[in-house]
Amino acid sequence: MDFRDAPEEAAFRDRLRTWLAGRAGTFPKSGDEYWSRSAQWHRDLYGAGFFGLSWPTKYGGHDLPAVYDVILDEELARAGAPARPSLGYLVEGLGRHGSEEFRQRFLPGMITGDERWCQGFSEPGAGSDLASLTTTATLEGDEWVFHGHKVWTSYSDVADWCLLLARTDATVRRHKGISAFVVNMHQAGIEQRPLQMINGVSNEFGQVLFDGARAPADHLIGEAGEGWALAMTVVGHEREPSTLGFSARYGKLVRAMAAQVEGPPPAELLWAAVETEMLRLHVRRRLSERLDEVVHGPAGSLDKLLMTWTEQSVGHAALAVGGTRDPELLSAYLYSRAQSVMGGTSQIQKNIIATRILGLEA
Amino acid sequence: MDVRLTPEQRQLRAAAARLADDLGPGSVLDLADDDRVARLEKAVAATGWRSLRSDGASGVEVALVVEEFARGLVDVPFAGPVLADDLRRPADDRRDPAGAGAGEAQPWTIAVDGEAFDARGLRDVVSAEGNQLLSGRVGEPVTAIDLTRVRATVLGPREPVGELSPEAAGRWPALAVVVTAADALGAARGAHALAVDYAKVRSQYGHPIGSYQAIAHLLAESLALIEGSVSVLRHAAWAVDELSVAEARAAARIAKVYVQRAARTICETAVQVHGGIGNTWECLAHVHLRRVLTSTELFPVRLEEIDLGFS
Ligand SMILES: Cc1cc2nc3c(=O)[nH]c(=O)nc-3n(C[C@H](O)[C@H](O)[C@H](O)COP(=O)(O)OP(=O)(O)OC[C@H]3O[C@@H](n4cnc5c(N)ncnc54)[C@H](O)[C@@H]3O)c2cc1C
Repeated sequence: MDFRDAPEEAAFRDRLRTWLAGRAGTFPKSGDEYWSRSAQWHRDLYGAGFFGLSWPTKYGGHDLPAVYDVILDEELARAGAPARPSLGYLVEGLGRHGSEEFRQRFLPGMITGDERWCQGFSEPGAGSDLASLTTTATLEGDEWVFHGHKVWTSYSDVADWCLLLARTDATVRRHKGISAFVVNMHQAGIEQRPLQMINGVSNEFGQVLFDGARAPADHLIGEAGEGWALAMTVVGHEREPSTLGFSARYGKLVRAMAAQVEGPPPAELLWAAVETEMLRLHVRRRLSERLDEVVHGPAGSLDKLLMTWTEQSVGHAALAVGGTRDPELLSAYLYSRAQSVMGGTSQIQKNIIATRILGLEA
Repeated sequence: MDVRLTPEQRQLRAAAARLADDLGPGSVLDLADDDRVARLEKAVAATGWRSLRSDGASGVEVALVVEEFARGLVDVPFAGPVLADDLRRPADDRRDPAGAGAGEAQPWTIAVDGEAFDARGLRDVVSAEGNQLLSGRVGEPVTAIDLTRVRATVLGPREPVGELSPEAAGRWPALAVVVTAADALGAARGAHALAVDYAKVRSQYGHPIGSYQAIAHLLAESLALIEGSVSVLRHAAWAVDELSVAEARAAARIAKVYVQRAARTICETAVQVHGGIGNTWECLAHVHLRRVLTSTELFPVRLEEIDLGFS
């Protein structure tokens, strides 16, 4: 057992640290700056060889063990840099369920950041109960035609592509009739309606209305009716702090707050520091377990809860340090409330833990 | 970076778990079963684990055994003797297999704040006063809330029995904090297992209570707290031997602060899930809770002691 870097890991960390040091002072200082520069950040990180670390080289990744992502997250937090772009769950979804041709076509652009993506799963009537979704896809000639209403779609306003779940068969029950598609966001038949979050930002998510939007027949991923399996892969990975790389965000904020307080730090900040350190170590443990080929399962729900508690403790620290008068810290606090909703609510995670891990019958 | 337990560490953990399951108290009545306690004492003595440190074992191994023993409410001395053994290792070679504690008929335990801890059936105590190691004798038992570990007065004369190097004197508290955190985590895990079992068998309104979300969610939260505790504690246990004194102490503080809060919550949930029974002396839930509270107070760490300049 060793929590230290192996020599290759240490060399990687050094290179990364040097690169980040060279960019000190250039990192976004406000939420607005962060949003306006996030695409560039993705491309810069990729261009310098620090993104897509654990993904296959043939799609533009580096084929490194997953622990390199931990090193990346730790160093980003240390340098006060933005977190790594969080799209691992989409890469996993396409990587596992798309054909080779599909992967060749779409994964490289996703990984380099040249093509941006959004995830069209949730609907006004289908949130936790995703299998009740009603958006339809019908084959007309050699094209699929989509009708329906998606909501809470993150980054839909900047996305080039949407990973869309739609119903292809209304005659079979619930999840059996669901299929997954790749849909071009730049077309008539798609209408975007921005949504403003409680912290005031309108870049986070939006509503997307599909009224006759189209995709070529071969933009169906896998077979018709196989969309649910893909959806489960995506939401499973969306629960993993190691896939998301959010721990860098928490570490960065805790550090910034620690530098800002004078006198004895508030208890909330101390507790947030403890939670953040716990999560950092927890991610290391989980990624080490992958070396044993531990299969991806309901344990992701435990990780999602731990991540949520960490983010919300950091949010409470932000409130304790900045009160309601520091706009950036207040915004961090308000944003933290979404963590127990996005990617499956905390209640849904607890349902999964109780039934699938503890064996309590529902 | 690979923070998995080694195969040997997993075997050690499994062996400790088996021993605790076989001979630990399965009920509050069992606590008074002297035959069982004698068998448990014999089995624990036979493992030689009380001298793990002088046999060269790392903080990780010590923490694993402590955690499993606490999970099974092992009620013969262990944490105390292990810490005493660590103190009494020869100073010149802290990993020498032929250490002071090895081969002795009677293990020693430690004295903390003038009281012998984990002293059931033991004669000698050692305590670290600065760099000085002082011996003493176990006196009369004192009342303690922990029903699984005995506390006693310390009788003089307190004689110098050795000296710690500044490095050892600085590092020892890291092990002590890790051991007490591991004990609290183990005791909480035991309480959680008890509550999950109960939630499957107790029915109300015609259904097992575990089928109600209000109960299921509490138990799910407890499991997440356990997982977070395991992760933060493993690092601290490793750090005892592998990082600088200052880093090892900081890691131990973080772990203890996280684990003690989690462990109390988990035990409180276990009491709640048991309903009325959970509030009776006969239910083991409070025995776990008492052990958690005791281990929290030993080598205590307050939130205010957390250093914001952590790694
Ligand atoms: C910031 C943010 C970003 C998001 N990004 C995306 C995205 O990119 N793509 C996408 O598809 N979706 C996205 N979502 C949507 C997210 O997945 C859903 O909001 C979430 O799954 C909950 O669905 P809902 O909002 O309809 O709430 P509901 O399902 O209506 O839940 C309302 C409340 O009821 C509780 N509840 C529901 N069912 C149960 C049950 N069985 N047991 C106990 N309690 C229950 C919930 O926990 C919640 O507290 C995002 C959400 C947020 C907040």
